[in-house]
Amino acid sequence: MGETVAELRGIAAGYGERVVLHEIDFALHRGQVVAIMGGSGSGKTTLLRLLTGQIAPRQGTGRVLGMSLSQMSQRDRYRLRRRLGMLFQFGALFTDLNVFENVAFPLREHTQLPEAMIRDLVWLKLEAVGLRGAAELFPAELSGGMARRVALARAVALDPELILYDEPFAGLDPISLATIGTLIRRLNDALGAASVVVTHDVAESLAIVDYVYFVSRGRIVAQGTPDAIRAAQDPFVRQFVHGEIDGPAPFHYPAPPLIRQLREAQP
Amino acid sequence: MVRNRWDVAVGLFVLLGIGALFFLAFQVSSSATVRLGGETIRVVALFDNIGGLKVKAPVKSAGVLVGRVAAIRLDPTSYRAEVTLELTKSIPFPKDTSAAILTAGLLGEQYIGLEAGSDERNLADGDRLLLTQSALVFEKLIGQFLTGKAAE
Amino acid sequence: MISALARLGQFTISAVTRLGLAARFLVAILVQSGMTFRRVPLLVRDLFFTGFLSLVIIAVSGAFVGLVLGLQGYDTLQRFGSETALGGVVALSLLRELGPVVAALLFASRAGSAMAAEIGLMKATEQLESMDVMAINPIARVIAPKFWAGVIAMPLLAALFSAVGILGGWFIGVVVIGVDHGTFWSQMQNAVDFETDVLNGVIKSAVFGVIVTWIALFQGWGCLPTAEGVSRAITKTVVFAALAVLAADFILTALMFMGR
Repeated sequence: MGETVAELRGIAAGYGERVVLHEIDFALHRGQVVAIMGGSGSGKTTLLRLLTGQIAPRQGTGRVLGMSLSQMSQRDRYRLRRRLGMLFQFGALFTDLNVFENVAFPLREHTQLPEAMIRDLVWLKLEAVGLRGAAELFPAELSGGMARRVALARAVALDPELILYDEPFAGLDPISLATIGTLIRRLNDALGAASVVVTHDVAESLAIVDYVYFVSRGRIVAQGTPDAIRAAQDPFVRQFVHGEIDGPAPFHYPAPPLIRQLREAQP
Repeated sequence: MVRNRWDVAVGLFVLLGIGALFFLAFQVSSSATVRLGGETIRVVALFDNIGGLKVKAPVKSAGVLVGRVAAIRLDPTSYRAEVTLELTKSIPFPKDTSAAILTAGLLGEQYIGLEAGSDERNLADGDRLLLTQSALVFEKLIGQFLTGKAAE
Repeated sequence: MISALARLGQFTISAVTRLGLAARFLVAILVQSGMTFRRVPLLVRDLFFTGFLSLVIIAVSGAFVGLVLGLQGYDTLQRFGSETALGGVVALSLLRELGPVVAALLFASRAGSAMAAEIGLMKATEQLESMDVMAINPIARVIAPKFWAGVIAMPLLAALFSAVGILGGWFIGVVVIGVDHGTFWSQMQNAVDFETDVLNGVIKSAVFGVIVTWIALFQGWGCLPTAEGVSRAITKTVVFAALAVLAADFILTALMFMGR
C-alpha cells in the first residue's frame, strides 16, 4: 500500500443550509483506483468537490496531498489543484480552442516551457489517449467519447498525483466505455498516481478499480474490494449491483393506495 | 494565423477610434483655451448689468476674438457685476480701453466688445477697465420706447 | 393584499441582494485585472470580438442617424431662418447625447449579448469550473479581459458613431440640400466646445461602457446552466443595460449640463 494521498475522517459537508454528507471516512493510497458509487443525489459529486477544495468540510478533518482541507486560502486551493487533474462529466473542453490547444492549456498557463517542448508533451498526452491525429479538430467536431478522451489528456497534462473522474462512463457506447475504463487504469499505473472514479456504472468500474465506497443519502453504507461488493448482503448494495427494480430504493413514488384514489375520483 | 489577424483588426479598430476622436477634437469643436493659445493677462471690468453674459463668452475687438470671459461675480461693495476677462498677450490694449456687452445677431449669445483707447500705457495683468457699457435689457428698452412715445 | 405586499418585499430584498452580488462581482473583476494587462493578447482577442466586430453596425447606424438629423434639423431650423446653424445642431446632438447613448444601446445588443451568451455557455458546459479546478482563476483569465475590452471599445465606438453621424449630416446638409460648406463647419466649430461637449461625451461613453459590460458579464456568470438560462441571461442583459444606460445618461447630463 503506497503513501496516503487523501484521507477524510468524520467529514460532514454541504451547500448553504443543506448538509449533504455525514460522517464520511475515506482513505486513498498511491497506486489505487477507487470508485465511489451510489444513486443520483447521494452525495458522490459533493465528495469529489471536497477533494478539490471546492467546498470545505463543516466537521471532521481531511487531508489531500498533504494539505489540510480546513481553512484553506484561495492560494492554498490553487496550490493543491496544480497537483491534481479532474475529468468532468462531458469533458468541459474549451470550445474556442482546438484539441491541441486544449491539452496545451494547463502547460501554457502553469509552466514557462518552450513552445517546442509543449508541443512534444501535448503530442505524447494525445498519443496516450489515442487522439494524436485529431489534434487540429475543434470540440464541436468530436464525438462524446473522443471529447472525453481529449479532456482526459488535458487532465493529465501536468502529470498529476491525484486524478478525479466525474461520471466518466455516462452516455458512452460500449467501445468508448471499454476505452475509457482501460485508460483510467493504464494512466493511473503509468503515472504512479491515485484515482477516484465517481460513477453509477457497475460493470465497467468493478472491472478496473481496487476498492469501492458505496454512498447512499450522504453516508457510506458499504465499502470493500469489487469481489466483496458483488457478494455484499446489504439490501441497497444488492439492489444496485444486481440492477433490481424494487428494493430499498422503491419502484413506486410515494402515493396513497390505488383503491382509495380510484374510489375518490368517482363522480 | 488567427492571432495575427486579430492583432491587425484590433489595431485598425483602435486607429479608427482615435482618428474619430481627433476629427471631433479638431475639425468639429473648438476649445476656449486652445483657440486663444499662448499667454494671457487677466483684467477686470465692472458692469451695472451683464444681461445674459456667460463665463467663456468671447471677448472681441473689431469683431476679432482676443480673449474669453474667465469669471463673473457680484462685487458686494458696489453691487455691480465684476467680470474677469482673459486677454491674449499678443495684442496689447491701452489702459483706457472700453468694454461693452454686445449681442451677436438679433437674439444671439452675448459677448464683450473692446474698443481700444488712446492711452500710451498698456493694460497689465490685474488692471481694471474703467469705461464700461452694460447690456441692453429688453424691458428697459421697451420702457424707454414707451416713455419716448408718451413724450411725443 | 397582504400577499402582494409580501411579494413586493421579497422582490425588493432579492433585487438588493442581486445588486450586492453584482457589486462584489465588479470588485472581483477589478482586483483580478492584473493578468489582463500583463498578457495583452488576451485583451486583443476580446477587443477584436467586442470592438472590431461592432464597427459595421456602429458605422451604418451612425450614418443613418446623421442623415436623419441633417434632414430634420434643416426642416426645423429653416422655419426660424436659422438653417446656417445646422452644423452646430447636428454636432451637439450627436456629441452630447445620441453618440454615447445610441452607441451604448447598439453595443449592448451586439457585443453585450454576445458576451453574456459566451459566458453563460461556458458556465453551462462546466468550462469555467474546470478552469478553476485547473488552478486558473476564470475571473482573471476570461472575465476581466472582456470587461476591459468593453470599457476601452465603448468610447472609441461612440466617437466613431458621432464622427460618422456628423459626416452624414454634412452630406445631407451641404451636398444634397445646399447649405454653405464653410458656414456648416465654422458654425459647428463655434457651437461645439471641446471640453464641454466632446470630452463630456467621451466620459459618458466610458461610463456606459462600464455599465453595459458589467451587466453583460454578470448575467452570463450568474445564469442557470441550461439553454433556457442562457437565453434569459441574454434578454436580461439587453433590457437591463438599456435601462441602466438611459438612467445614467439622465444623471450624467444633469451633472454636466445643468447650472452652466
